[in-house]
Amino acid sequence: MSDDTIAQPHRRDILYIATGAMATVAAAGAVWPLLDQMNPDATTLALSSTEVDLTGIVPGQIVTVKWRGKPVFVRHRTPTEIAEAENTPLASLPDPEADSKRVKKPEWLIVVGICTHLGCIPIGHEGEFDGWFCPCHGSTYDTSGRIRSGPAPSNLEVPNYVFVSDTKIKIG
Amino acid sequence: MSGPSKFTPKSPFARWLERRLPILGFMYDSFVAYPTPKNLNYMWTFGAILSFMLVAQIVTGVVLAMHYTPETTLAFASIEHIMRDVNWGMFLRYAHANGASMFFLAVYLHILRGMYYGSYKEPREVLWIVGIAIFLLMMASGFLGYVLPWGQMSFWAATVITNLFTAIPVVGQSITDWLLGGYSVDNATLNRFFALHYLLPFILVAVVAIHVWALHVTGQNNPTGVEVKEVEKETVPFTPFATMKDAFGIGAFLVLYAWMMFFVPNYLGHPDNYIEANPMVTPAHIVPEWYFLPFYAVLRAIPNKLLGVIALFSAVLIPAALPWLDTSKVKSGRYRPWFRKAFWVFVAVSLGLGYLGAQPAEGVYLWAARILSAYYFFHFLLLLPWLGKHEKTRPEPESISSSIAAANAVTEDASHV
Ligand code: HEM
Ligand code: FES
Repeated sequence: MSDDTIAQPHRRDILYIATGAMATVAAAGAVWPLLDQMNPDATTLALSSTEVDLTGIVPGQIVTVKWRGKPVFVRHRTPTEIAEAENTPLASLPDPEADSKRVKKPEWLIVVGICTHLGCIPIGHEGEFDGWFCPCHGSTYDTSGRIRSGPAPSNLEVPNYVFVSDTKIKIG
Repeated sequence: MSGPSKFTPKSPFARWLERRLPILGFMYDSFVAYPTPKNLNYMWTFGAILSFMLVAQIVTGVVLAMHYTPETTLAFASIEHIMRDVNWGMFLRYAHANGASMFFLAVYLHILRGMYYGSYKEPREVLWIVGIAIFLLMMASGFLGYVLPWGQMSFWAATVITNLFTAIPVVGQSITDWLLGGYSVDNATLNRFFALHYLLPFILVAVVAIHVWALHVTGQNNPTGVEVKEVEKETVPFTPFATMKDAFGIGAFLVLYAWMMFFVPNYLGHPDNYIEANPMVTPAHIVPEWYFLPFYAVLRAIPNKLLGVIALFSAVLIPAALPWLDTSKVKSGRYRPWFRKAFWVFVAVSLGLGYLGAQPAEGVYLWAARILSAYYFFHFLLLLPWLGKHEKTRPEPESISSSIAAANAVTEDASHV
């Protein structure tokens, strides 16, 4: 290409660029379905909510329920556990969050039972902080499900849930 | 090496074909007449061993796929069905499972051979990088295959590895959901892992072909690291010399492989993988397959999620930069006394990391893993560049023939004593 053609673009150049751009858009449009088919499908998205009856869960007990294929911990906390969770100074937490923001009723802690490091299921009533201990790479969580030590970056996730009645919750 | 083919078709059919598709000439030039340095040692037979193992994995894999079911409620049972009911099923499965281990053993020895003799240096940089690509594809194939039996280790390996991507800021979680086809490892995951496990080995075949192509452009390195100067004097034709030596190497390797699969078929496996996958319970102690352990140790050594994942991927990829990190003009470790020591320390550190990867990530193990991980990167990023500039190397031989002559003189002296 001589300087001349750059200085004075021909109608052809515009056509080439326009055609090339359209071809790129078309190719991307064709590739998208091939990639997007791998995303969660309609049946997976449809598994939206799970109800849990709380009557059988005694203080101190943790029950694991399944929601969207994932474990959710429903923990009936004892007064000591509640006090521990509430009295921890926020400054000592890697991912500071008040206990009151993580529960709807202090006795009931509902968290997704998946370690925020690489997805293992932590073991209840273990680890230094009486919450959970993850066997995979040693993260520990407290009685509010907050990360206290180890490689996990954040607190156990609190799912969306509502109290349908005093003794029943609906997750999702 | 390149240039017009020396192949002369003998039969009329061969002549007819050669004018239309010169495939016989190509095979002849690549695997019969191809000149190989005279002084290659047995570390040069691993290329052939690896090719053999790739074919072995494909053959045993395709027949296993005739009996295996990639569906979460049936997969585990279909493996037991293979083990108990399918004719020869147990041997086919043990051949495939141990074949993966043998494949990795061979690739590690092949890579270390390249490191010791400086085979990644000019003009073989592209050959080396294609080799690292092969290694990555092998890791992917091995990981995907390990998920298929749908045991506890399968499930939790799949969970931990796919969750590595959640470390990526902002888009990490979406990438993981996309890889899994859901919010946790489930049927969608198993089904696609099977499809990909079937696909990747054939992509490997294509990448191996590129690797061999690059090899045949530059020619092989050799233990002296000095390039071939006189093709006539310093090389022998691939067939029969390399073909026979490679066949012997494969035979010796098969003895080990057969011993593993017939006598200790579960030695390298994990007993927990004979427990069906349970998405609600993580085993108390999860470990990856042995060939991933050093990298797993690096991941766990770092108490921060994102940095741990970055360190893991860097540890795998950093060898690709060797042609530029190792600044020494001398190729072979034979003439580099300090490099040679550093090389063996590196081997020991890698084995140490492998050991630590299988231990619980706590206390003294964790600190040892931190020190060894730091050394691993120190070796590549500081030691090699520094050594290349400051090491006093020993004189390289004039040529391959003079090094052979010198070696012969020594043995003759010895025989006179
Ligand atoms: C690069 C080559 C390959 C490697 C490294 C590899 C590796 C593996 C590994 C580690 C396993 C798990 C074995 C176990 O613990 O049971 C496995 C399973 C399996 N692979 Fe492969 N594989 C390769 C090629 C193939 C090919 C080409 C197929 C063809 C479809 C295949 C089909 C299967 C099947 C059906 C299973 C499940 C049965 C079983 O677990 O024994 N593989 N593979
Ligand atoms: S997955 Fe829990 S600490 Fe790594």
